[in-house]
Amino acid sequence: MKRPGGILSGIVAIAVSAVVFLVPFAFIFLTASKTRAESALLEFSLPTEWAIWENLVAVVEARDYMLLTAFVNSTILTVASIAIMVVFAAMVGYVMQRRPNRWTPLLNALVLAGLIIPPAVVPTIWVLQRLGLYATLGGLILIEVAFGLSFCVLLFRAFVATIPREVDEAAIIDGAGPVRLFFQVVLPLLRSVIVTVVIVQAVAVFNDFQNPLYFLPGDENATVQLTLYNFRSQFTTQWNLLFMDILLITVPPLIMYAFFNRQIVAGLTSGAVKG
Amino acid sequence: MTTTVLRPPRTRRRDPRSHYPMWFYLPAAAVYGTLFVVPTVASFYFAFTRWSIAGSEFIGLENFVLFFQEPYLLRGLINTVVYGALTSGLKVVLGLLLGVYLTSQIIARSYLRSVVFFPVLVSTVGVGVTFSVLMDPAEGLINRVLEVLGVAGPGWLTDPSLALVSVALVDVWKGVGLATLIYIAGIVAIPQEYFEAARVDGATRVQNLRYVILPLLWPATSTVIILSLIGGLRSFDLIWTMTRGGPGFTSDVIASVIFKQYQAGFWGLSAAGNVVLFLLVSALMVPLYWGLSRREVER
Repeated sequence: MKRPGGILSGIVAIAVSAVVFLVPFAFIFLTASKTRAESALLEFSLPTEWAIWENLVAVVEARDYMLLTAFVNSTILTVASIAIMVVFAAMVGYVMQRRPNRWTPLLNALVLAGLIIPPAVVPTIWVLQRLGLYATLGGLILIEVAFGLSFCVLLFRAFVATIPREVDEAAIIDGAGPVRLFFQVVLPLLRSVIVTVVIVQAVAVFNDFQNPLYFLPGDENATVQLTLYNFRSQFTTQWNLLFMDILLITVPPLIMYAFFNRQIVAGLTSGAVKG
Repeated sequence: MTTTVLRPPRTRRRDPRSHYPMWFYLPAAAVYGTLFVVPTVASFYFAFTRWSIAGSEFIGLENFVLFFQEPYLLRGLINTVVYGALTSGLKVVLGLLLGVYLTSQIIARSYLRSVVFFPVLVSTVGVGVTFSVLMDPAEGLINRVLEVLGVAGPGWLTDPSLALVSVALVDVWKGVGLATLIYIAGIVAIPQEYFEAARVDGATRVQNLRYVILPLLWPATSTVIILSLIGGLRSFDLIWTMTRGGPGFTSDVIASVIFKQYQAGFWGLSAAGNVVLFLLVSALMVPLYWGLSRREVER
C-alpha cells in the first residue's frame, strides 16, 4: 500500500500530531521550569533561566507539605481500592460464569446499571454519614470499589469463560474446597486479566477528581487531583508552581503507560471487537 | 455458559454447583448495594423532598417543575444533551478516521498511536487547567498563534455561545485516543479476504472505507458511541475545572448543577438533578443499546 506521497503525508502527520498533542505537554513542562515572573507571561518559549528544581521544592513545601500528604493519600486510595475491587469482582465474575441460574439476568442488569447510571451524589453522602464513613479515606476507598466493580466483573466473567471446567474438576477431585479452588487454582489463572484490571482502574482512581471532591472534603485529606484544584485558587499568579503540580501529577500515568502499554491497550479494547 | 446446558446431567453424588458458593457474591454485593444501589434508590425519594441540613419534607414534583421552569436548570439539561452528542459524534468521526489512518502503512505508526492515546491517561483536572490557560482570550497560546496568522481568535471560554463547545473540543482532544484504539482493534480483526475481494472488484479507498470497513466496524462504533455517551452525559471534571458552568450558567451541565445545588445546600434539588440525569441517560442509552445490538444481528 506504499504510495509515492507516503513519506510526505507521514511527515505532515507527525507535524500535526506534534502541534495538537505534544505542544500542550511541552507547554506544561516549559512553564513548570520558568521563574515566577517569566511564567506569568504564559509564553510558549524556552525559559531564560531554568528554575525547575526551585519550583519543585516550592510546590512540595506549599501549604505545609500538602502535596506529600496528597501523594500518600492517593497511593493508599489507589492501592487499597484496587486490591479490594479485584478480589471482590473476581469472586463475582467467577461464580456468575460458573453457576448461571435464573437470577443471572438480574445480576447482569445490575452490573450494567453500575456502568451506565451516574451515582446519586447527595444520597451517597447521606449513606456515608449514617455509616460514619463520610470524609474518611476508608469511605472513599469503598466508594471507588463500588463504582469500579461493574467494569471489573464484566472483564473477569468474560475471562473465566476461557478457563476450562476440567481445571476445576481436577482440583475438586484432588480434594480442594470452594475457597481453595478459587484462590489457589482459578485466581492465579486470571493473572493476565488481573494485570489489565489493575492498570486500567489504577489510572482511573488516581485521576479521579469528582469522588474525592464530594466524599473526602478537607485539606488534610486531599488527593493529588484536589491539590491541583486547591492550588489553583492559591497560585493565581504563580503559574510556574501550578504547572509544576500538573507535571508531577502527570508523571505516574506516564510511567504506567511506558511500562504497561500493551496491557492498557488490551484492557481498554476488550469486548470492543466482539461487541 | 452454554456448556452447562449442553452437558448430560451429572451424577448427583454431590451437587457440583456447591463448588461455586453463592456467598462469593456477598462482599461485592455489600459494598455495591450499600454505596451504589441504596443511594440510587434513595435519590428517587429525596428528589421529591425539600431537603437540607434542617431535614427533609415531602413536596411532590416541585423540584422537577423547577428543573423545567428555571432557565439556568433547563439550560443545564439542554447543554448535557448537546455536550454528549457533540463529544460522541466527534469521537466517532475522528476516531474512525484516525483508526483507519493508523492501521495503514505509514511511517512512525507506533509513535503516532502513542501520542494520540496518551491524553486518555492524563489527569482531567490537569488537562482542564492547561487548556484554560491555552484558551485564554488575550494571552492564551491558541489565540496568539491565530493572531500571527491574521485571525482574531474568539474568547474560547469567555464567549457564552462558545464556552460549552470549547470544553467539548478539549474533551474530544483528551478522549479521541480511546475511540481510535477501539477502532484500531476492530480494523485489525477484519479478515484480509474482505480487502482482497474489494481490491479484485476495483474498489477505491473511499469505497473501501464506506462499503467494507464501516459496515464491519459496527461493533466498534457502537462501543465508541455507548462509552463516549456514558462519559459525556455525566461529564463534570472538565467542565468544572475549565468554566465552572460559566460564563453565567451558559456551560452548565446537569452534573455541575448537581454540584452547585449541593454546595448551596439545596440537597433535594441536587437529588432531583440526579434523577433527571438518570432518566436522561436511560432514555438515551436503552434504545441506543437495543438499536445498535439489533443492527449488529441484522448484519
